[in-house]
Amino acid sequence: MAEIALRLYENKYFLVAMVLFIIGFHTMLTHSNLIKKVIGMNIMDTAIFLLFVSVGYIEGGVAPIIEPGVEQVYVNPLPTVLILTGIVVAVSVTAFALSLIVKLYESYGTIDAEEIMRIRSTEL
Amino acid sequence: MEDVIIRFISRIIVPFIQVYGLYVILHGHLTPGGSFSGGAVLGSSMILFALSFNLERGAKKLTHDASTVLECGGILWFTVLGLYGIFAGANFLTNQGAGFNLGVPGQAVSGGIIMLVTIGLGLKVASTVITLFYSLIEVEGDSHG
Amino acid sequence: MMRTVLILLLLALIGFTLVSTVVEMPTFGHPDNPTNNELSQGFIDNAKEETGAMNIIASILVDYRAFDTLGEATVLFVAIAAALSTLKAH
Repeated sequence: MAEIALRLYENKYFLVAMVLFIIGFHTMLTHSNLIKKVIGMNIMDTAIFLLFVSVGYIEGGVAPIIEPGVEQVYVNPLPTVLILTGIVVAVSVTAFALSLIVKLYESYGTIDAEEIMRIRSTEL
Repeated sequence: MEDVIIRFISRIIVPFIQVYGLYVILHGHLTPGGSFSGGAVLGSSMILFALSFNLERGAKKLTHDASTVLECGGILWFTVLGLYGIFAGANFLTNQGAGFNLGVPGQAVSGGIIMLVTIGLGLKVASTVITLFYSLIEVEGDSHG
Repeated sequence: MMRTVLILLLLALIGFTLVSTVVEMPTFGHPDNPTNNELSQGFIDNAKEETGAMNIIASILVDYRAFDTLGEATVLFVAIAAALSTLKAH
């Protein structure tokens, strides 16, 4: 039991990323407001970015910008490059989801997801 | 919103934000940053201008035609630079094999294709952020200043 | 009431699986991790001579892996086109 706690303390960045993922998932499932669901999706995206970027860390390493004349140990640059593309995809999905919410509000008059389902089930 | 302090301060601050955004884009091959973060900073300067003044004055600064040209021109510039590599005899999107001058590492103009692509992508990202904000904020009917 | 219990049960199951994965992962920051292989070492060693840029991440994004950046620019373009055509439909 003590060694499990020690392993969890050594990998604390991964543990925090998993806890953030659970929090974002709970936000997306529980609330019925559509904007809160979009915020929960953004929290889940942030947790995955943290998990990927913290995998490439080397102890005693600095950021991978070459300084002329100094020999240093650099951090692994590959996971950071993957996440740069991922951030742009997350922003694009959020932008499209928000524009869909604007059109839903103009059509039904409410943002509550259960209200919209009730209106759609009673109209013809 | 109409407030004298916000209008006075944002009229002074917006050029400094734009210079900072252009610095991050143009030095993408020397310092941390690059096209995406520099484009976001450059776009947020126009968002500050549109929030503190009217929306019509902000929409007149970057018209619909200008944002269309910036948006489509960014990707076409990238593709043309890549096709130049095919015409020069190497693969698609090569840097040194296609004849681009690499220069001395560490100077402001170096890296061949890296600087040209960074400028194109930075302007594209700025235009995307500004167009998205303007189309989400518009209210039909009367728009109070 | 039933829905809350079901949601908490599902989240507990997912959380237990994720945390038990964290225990088995390689140590954070160790130089002998499986992700630090000769690919990233090759990028760090050859980036200055082959590309002429001091920023290793910019040279990977625009020179070695430029096709992925073209795909990402396409994603940005398609997202803004879809958002504009949804909002301004007459």
